Amino acid sequence: MKTVFVTVGTTSFDELIESITSEEATQALSALGYKKLVLQVGRGSVLPGPDSCAGLLVHAFRFKDSIAEDIRDADLVISHAGAGSCLEALGAKRPLLVVVNDKLMDNHQLELAKQLHADSHLLYCTCSTLTETLRTMDLSVLTPFLPGQPQNFARFLDRALGLHTE
Amino acid sequence: MGDVGAEPEETGKNGSISLLVVAGSGGHTTEVLRLVESLSLAYSPRHYVIADTDKMSEDKIRTLETSKNGMDVQPKFTIHHIPRSREVRQSWSSSVLTTLNALLYSVPLVFKLRPDMVLCNGPGTCVPLCVAGLLLGALGVKKVLIVYVESICRVETLSLSGKILYHLSDYFFVQWSTLKDKYPRSVYIGRIV
Repeated sequence: MKTVFVTVGTTSFDELIESITSEEATQALSALGYKKLVLQVGRGSVLPGPDSCAGLLVHAFRFKDSIAEDIRDADLVISHAGAGSCLEALGAKRPLLVVVNDKLMDNHQLELAKQLHADSHLLYCTCSTLTETLRTMDLSVLTPFLPGQPQNFARFLDRALGLHTE
Repeated sequence: MGDVGAEPEETGKNGSISLLVVAGSGGHTTEVLRLVESLSLAYSPRHYVIADTDKMSEDKIRTLETSKNGMDVQPKFTIHHIPRSREVRQSWSSSVLTTLNALLYSVPLVFKLRPDMVLCNGPGTCVPLCVAGLLLGALGVKKVLIVYVESICRVETLSLSGKILYHLSDYFFVQWSTLKDKYPRSVYIGRIV
């Protein structure tokens, strides 16, 4: 079943949940063949019920130990711009649409989304352009994002501290 | 506490490095745990400090530690909670007050744990914890290494925590070359998360 997974991370992003469950966005998703909408809503005040979107099976939850499975089972991930969620989706090689929360005080999240967008690793939009983006997006332009190398960090620290690892 | 004035301790005696890991919220936690995952078991024990409004971090830590320790019956980690320094959307003036409050909790905790190293990547909570670590050094109790890794989401500007800790950390990592150009004291070895 063609599935979209929406994740807002540890905080809340009600505007995204309201936008993606709106009639226009739901229709755009149905037109693309999506049948199921899974929503991780965090601390938000909006928790849509299973029948809240015509034509889509909706499953909403607040938190889980791990959303790895939800990402893996999704054909499209729609995420807030948090680095953790972005990296998890890109690491799982899922097409990613990042929705920037332009109401945050210190909107540094744009930096990463813009850079990753400039490097063609994800698509991005705001809540007000979400439906339009869903209608016109071309996921085939996306290129894989190679994972970072934490082992280089470990090697650097081992050397700096004079630790000898076998 | 109460141990202030005891013999200064050496970093990494016994060949192991005790680690204080600052797990903030959401993305910060995911990133810092990727770094912890890459470290050898010489970095032990690992003490995690979580801002107490965070829900997901503790689960993520336990998942990582279960895989890291394998069949080992002796857990090599502890988890601690302190009040959060700064909520997203909180104004910076009231942030000062909550940061002072967090410092009140950070000092006794860091003095009790006496880590060899504090590893953090930018949640507001890491500033009071690093300051507490530096205080241990200033009092001659123990030199605590401050290792700061700026979040990968910082491409062009440092976070508020980063701006403060750039001057205070022993190793300050950035993950984009644009930041290395602006902050020459930083360490850039590519993306590490």
